[in-house]
Amino acid sequence: MMDTHTATVTLPADDQILIEREFDAPKELVWQAFTTPELVRRWWHAGRGEMTVAEIDLRPGGSWRYAMTAANGGFEVAFHGEYREVVPYERIVSTEVFEGAPEAGAAVNTMTLDERDGRTRLTILVHHASKTARDMHIASGMEDGLQDALDLLEQTAASLR
Amino acid sequence: MARAATTTDVFNAIAEPRRRAILDALAAGERPVGELVDAVGLAQPQVSKHLRVLREVGAVSVRELGRQRLYRVNGPALRPVHDWIRDYEQLWSDRFDALDDVLDDLKREGAAP
Repeated sequence: MMDTHTATVTLPADDQILIEREFDAPKELVWQAFTTPELVRRWWHAGRGEMTVAEIDLRPGGSWRYAMTAANGGFEVAFHGEYREVVPYERIVSTEVFEGAPEAGAAVNTMTLDERDGRTRLTILVHHASKTARDMHIASGMEDGLQDALDLLEQTAASLR
Repeated sequence: MARAATTTDVFNAIAEPRRRAILDALAAGERPVGELVDAVGLAQPQVSKHLRVLREVGAVSVRELGRQRLYRVNGPALRPVHDWIRDYEQLWSDRFDALDDVLDDLKREGAAP
């Protein structure tokens, strides 16, 4: 089995990204840490900067916006979206737009909490509108450029046929 | 359906945890399938199936040496994709480690009289 304290990232379909992790806490606390702006400000930055905005209007149709200033370079990274479904302590479905690449459109994120024996399994399924949008998401975090990587792989695959 | 997507999409091909384990096992150099079976703890047919997927997207290549088939990682082609998944996973791991601290505080507050 995988180390339960490491986040695992998989790509279950070509328009999806799945993030999973287990926490040593009941789901009420994980929910609280996920939905309370002052608490989100303490973890969402992942140690990569300072969170400047954490707005959460937690109700169907309500909006959210997170922004941080990156420690490395000082640029702002921001995301926003709208809540579609809110089931306390169980599930949040929300849209997410990366403001650095709004042309990729909105992804639909489904966050679920599943508690067993006092431990809570968290999953976040990021469902992009298309494979192209998923690829844009990946490309935005890829230093060498997505197209270069794909071209290289394609060449290699062709040479093996 | 899922299988078709897996073989045509490089990211799916590489991101699958068992295939990443195979790629990690190949990081040190080329190896025959038998050694990969030992390294990743899967049965040979499964390892072979994963290797086929990895070959189809160019992530792994193979050469014959006597009666053996030796597999190796196509490093330069693979690196950016592998790096992206690793970095993304690291981002979420760092996030969740910070979240652990928040949860510890909440537990302590709950336990306080």
